[in-house]
Amino acid sequence: MSEPLLEVRNLRVSFRTRTGTVTAVDGISFTVDPGEVVGLVGESGSGKSVSMLTVLRLIDNPNCVIEGEVLFKGNDLLTMSDADLRSIRGREIAMIFQDPMTALTPVYTAGWHISEQIRAHEKVSKKAANDRAIQLLTSVGIPNAESRVNSYPHEFSGGMRQRVVIAMALSCNPSLLIADEPTTALDVTIQAQILELLRDLQSEFGASIVLITHDMGVVSQMANRVMVMYGGRLVEAGSRLDVMREPAHPYTWGLMGSIPPTDGTRAVRLAAIPGAPISPSDSDRDRCLFAPRCTFATDSCRPQPGLIEHRPGHSDACIIPFSERAQRRTEALAPMRART
Amino acid sequence: MWRFAGRRALAAVLVLFAISVMVFLIFFATPGADPAARIAGRNASQETLAQVRASFGFDKPMYMQYGLMMRHLFIDRDLTSFVNRGSQVIPQITQAIPVTLSLVIGAAVIWMVLGIIMGVAATAGRGTAVDPIIMVFGVIGVSLPVYWLGEVVNLITQSRLHDSWFAWVPPLGYAPLSDGVGTWALHLVLPWMTLAVLYAGIYARVLRSEMVGAMNEDYVRMARAKGIGEGRVLIRHALRTSLIVIVSLFGLDFGALIGGAALLTEVVFGLQGVGKLTYDSLQNFDLPVILGCVLYAAFFVVVANFIVDLAYAWLDPRVRHV
Repeated sequence: MSEPLLEVRNLRVSFRTRTGTVTAVDGISFTVDPGEVVGLVGESGSGKSVSMLTVLRLIDNPNCVIEGEVLFKGNDLLTMSDADLRSIRGREIAMIFQDPMTALTPVYTAGWHISEQIRAHEKVSKKAANDRAIQLLTSVGIPNAESRVNSYPHEFSGGMRQRVVIAMALSCNPSLLIADEPTTALDVTIQAQILELLRDLQSEFGASIVLITHDMGVVSQMANRVMVMYGGRLVEAGSRLDVMREPAHPYTWGLMGSIPPTDGTRAVRLAAIPGAPISPSDSDRDRCLFAPRCTFATDSCRPQPGLIEHRPGHSDACIIPFSERAQRRTEALAPMRART
Repeated sequence: MWRFAGRRALAAVLVLFAISVMVFLIFFATPGADPAARIAGRNASQETLAQVRASFGFDKPMYMQYGLMMRHLFIDRDLTSFVNRGSQVIPQITQAIPVTLSLVIGAAVIWMVLGIIMGVAATAGRGTAVDPIIMVFGVIGVSLPVYWLGEVVNLITQSRLHDSWFAWVPPLGYAPLSDGVGTWALHLVLPWMTLAVLYAGIYARVLRSEMVGAMNEDYVRMARAKGIGEGRVLIRHALRTSLIVIVSLFGLDFGALIGGAALLTEVVFGLQGVGKLTYDSLQNFDLPVILGCVLYAAFFVVVANFIVDLAYAWLDPRVRHV
């Protein structure tokens, strides 16, 4: 097996606030291999965006405390100098943000944005950068790229803007692309187009992608590997097939149960996970954070269960013996089926 | 962009025409008042009144009166004051305008440069002592009344320290550009700074709050994620978008100052500008001068706004199609 492209070790991100320390990311470790698409799934506030923003040190809140290591091609991004980090940002690791409406500076053209990124990393003339911008816009499926390169962000639709952002992200051939809910702000048909575009570009450019999303459907279309986050911790990680077909953690069961079934009769009501997501300011962290909402919780959910690999490439953080999982999973998903 | 400029220019001309009609109606068509008596001034003789009536055509229909008035103002330029018997109005105004323009344009350059530098420095120094120190200077600038600051400056430079440090300061008053740029600037440098202090403080504070907001925008985070240096992020992204607000503010302030709001500075520094001229004519109830001042001031306010509109469109592509 080759060396991982990105290796996050025991990353912990907390914010000092007036009411005490808030832990957004609570000791997560994972790797991303070259050419791989990793889906990072979790509900709002689970720490998925914060953890990936931390990778590029994009959180400039002075009250933010970051611990752990983020190794990119063997170098720790968290301790490297600002100048070194800048040469990695945008060239080696590119990012796509959730809302294409606000990700582009409103007073500059699409071409300007792309050229700025190219010229930040390579010594090329304005003309050459502009030509590359046109090529990139064409490759992300923007018609009439020669004239659209001079259009301002407000002259594009939401989907087209996200394409511009993707073109910008790809402009320096990054080896890792972090997509933070790239389709959340778009409507469903555009969402499908953008995902297809990302998939095509991934096979064409060969970059690894970390796809942050709260949408299991998006993950099932895109990812090779899935990581599920809850309360700032990884609760399950494994290949897409393993996690989608045989989810191991009760939280993942809850997520899967909330997807409307496409076969059989139509569900009257979709199952929901009872309770509310754990607050990052909850100080009682020496336990399974999902326990308060879990139907299978027992006293042994304390102390915090670690992420254990039950079979090659598929690990989860739950104390239920792996041999009983299949049956419990059926129980967990049964109520929904029963109501159909 | 050119079409935008053309449309704006046309709009400016229409606004000027509308202003002239409004001003005319206010002065000459207010019901229940005899404009001739007001133009002739207090205690005017019957002969003067008759002279005024003939000169302004008060026996003719309204549109003729308007035309005659505009002719006096802009074509023959022979509008005469009846209060200060025989003094021509237009030369007074054309003498006052360069004074006010020199004062306000110079001050505007200083306050824009100062305000932008202070605002950017404060934004860059967020979280350090730099930011609050600059902002306190801004508040001090805003809080100093121009007439007080001006008098203090005069006291120091014209009297107390005039024989030592400030020997280079010329006596109060205006020196036209024809006397040489150096002399002109030397006479104006203290008025410029006095007027600029107030506005630099306001602009620095507004710009800082705009820029701090912009620094939290997604596009700034995106720019950082692209590998852009912090300086470029600050100037090309945050400042560039925040300038739009500053320019709108500038249009309002600049127009008002040209139109006479620089009165206090003009009085303190003995500059015979438009503000001072208007103030004096109001004191004497010198109607033709007031009329001329209002129209000339309106002209410069509209021109200033036209220029600001162009700058605005250049800065913000979103307004070009409006």
